[in-house]
Amino acid sequence: MIDVISIYKTFYVPHEVKALVDVSNKIEAGEVVVVIGPSGSGKSTFLRCLNRLETAERGQILVDGVDIFDPKTNINTVRAEMGMVFQSFNLYPHLTVQGNVTLAQKLVRKRPKKEREEKTRMLLEKVGISAKAKAWPSNLSGGQQQRVAIARALAMDPKIMLFDEPTSALDPEMIGEVLEVMKTLAKEGMTMVCVTHEMGFAREVADRVIFMDEGMIVEEGTPEKFYKNPDHDRTKLFLKQIL
Amino acid sequence: MNPGRQKIYSAGLFCKVRHMEQNVSNIKRLSNPIAYVLSVCGFLVLLFMVIGAVYYATVAVDYHWRWFKVPKYFMYKSTITLYAEGYGEIDTIVDNRDKKDITVTTDAGTRTYTVPKDSFDWIEGDMVSPGDIVASYEGGWKPGILAKGLWVTLKISFLATIFGIILGIIGGVARVSDTPVLKWSAITYVEIIRGSPLLVQIMIFYFVLGTTMNKILLMNGIPKLDPQWYGVMALSIFTGAYVVEIVRAGIEAIHPGQVEAARSSGMTYFQCMFHIILPQALKTILPPLAGQFINLIKDSSLLGLISIRELTKATREGITTSLQTFELWILCAILYLLMTFTLSMCVQYLERRTATK
Repeated sequence: MIDVISIYKTFYVPHEVKALVDVSNKIEAGEVVVVIGPSGSGKSTFLRCLNRLETAERGQILVDGVDIFDPKTNINTVRAEMGMVFQSFNLYPHLTVQGNVTLAQKLVRKRPKKEREEKTRMLLEKVGISAKAKAWPSNLSGGQQQRVAIARALAMDPKIMLFDEPTSALDPEMIGEVLEVMKTLAKEGMTMVCVTHEMGFAREVADRVIFMDEGMIVEEGTPEKFYKNPDHDRTKLFLKQIL
Repeated sequence: MNPGRQKIYSAGLFCKVRHMEQNVSNIKRLSNPIAYVLSVCGFLVLLFMVIGAVYYATVAVDYHWRWFKVPKYFMYKSTITLYAEGYGEIDTIVDNRDKKDITVTTDAGTRTYTVPKDSFDWIEGDMVSPGDIVASYEGGWKPGILAKGLWVTLKISFLATIFGIILGIIGGVARVSDTPVLKWSAITYVEIIRGSPLLVQIMIFYFVLGTTMNKILLMNGIPKLDPQWYGVMALSIFTGAYVVEIVRAGIEAIHPGQVEAARSSGMTYFQCMFHIILPQALKTILPPLAGQFINLIKDSSLLGLISIRELTKATREGITTSLQTFELWILCAILYLLMTFTLSMCVQYLERRTATK
């Protein structure tokens, strides 16, 4: 489904950092991939390259066979098929919860009013937040905001969901509710790429764990093997630090 | 003073003012209510001293205040006087409902005037000479020169505000885009307009652009434009340049995550701009925008120089006929103050409305 072929990315501001060095990977439909790694290891950059929020300077990413870095590709149609959830939620503060979920359906999917309202209602129910449909994002807790953000991403009927540390900005007691929603999604067969350190989540639903460090994929494997018996010293050290 | 009494006191005369201040900070220098009241009195005393000093000074130079003459510059009762056009006589006087029709035949021709009953003193067959008053009557209320000037100022400011906002938003969006043709055009526009005095720009718009355009229009058989339109153009383009920078600052203040969220859901650049960025930027833009449009109202006073009779020019003309210098200039300033203050209140209301979200 997503074919990442040897991508490179360097940031020059504020100083030169090699964020991605020769990263290749293949994500199959229906797969749940968890990406972990220390801060600055390039895992977020990798995720953001998948829908071209960052552009790689070398290499290719094929989404369903479409080269997303090709200037001729209409990136908006590709992005419409990929939902993204951010660490800082990024809900639109000038719209209600309902408005947040509905807007892109209207602008991008051009759904008729009735259809998109029905969809919004259904999704808010799914993430367990229908009571707050008319509330403003600033009046919600972090966990509630993140669930709205997930509903907003799902509203486009994406084929793949990208999660960029969705629980890192949450208070501990709110992490569970967001992970619950993500687990439900995974069990429904959604293709997911998650940058997260939540080991419980990875163990329960991930098909594959990727460990990145210094812009490279150091190790990847099934969660059981990865957490119990990693091959690389760097992985062992990292796991020791976070556990 | 015990806390109980202080409570009662603060519920009194100044509680509204003090309540507002409590929203700003809990650290108050004047926590003693007596000191607070004294301070307010001090302000009032100062205010009256300044007004008194000005009044005393004008008395000292023997200025006669004639405020009673001022209302006629806003509204006056016009008198309509009809004069005979040549030698001749009154032909007929006929009832026409509650008025009368006077038909006058002179060597200049026959004319019929419809006038109120008591507005003349003729009977049929009377002889008239040129310059004789056929009838004289009250013609109803007419707006005075200041009222007309005020209206022109309001009209020009309103139009220039609308065009200024449109220009500013287009320019602001162009200013933050990556496309050189848009970005560089916006930068050039802003730098050129901000770098030269408004007065010079008004002159260029009227005497250079206006002359050229009017000639081209005339060559194509179109009547030339009223100076007011060149005034509106100059003011909107001047204001637009400042609004561009205000809009740019507003756009740049939006968290980049908002753009990422919108773009990652497949919205185009412009959908993201008009549905996500600009509505949010509006909140930060409003206060500086209000300042800009207050300036616009005041700057419209320069348009008198290109023969637009707005409030300032109307005041000057009023003074040349009445010599009511002090009253009219003070009045002129008060009228500008009223307009800017109303605008500032409206914007504050809008700010509060957007802030509640």
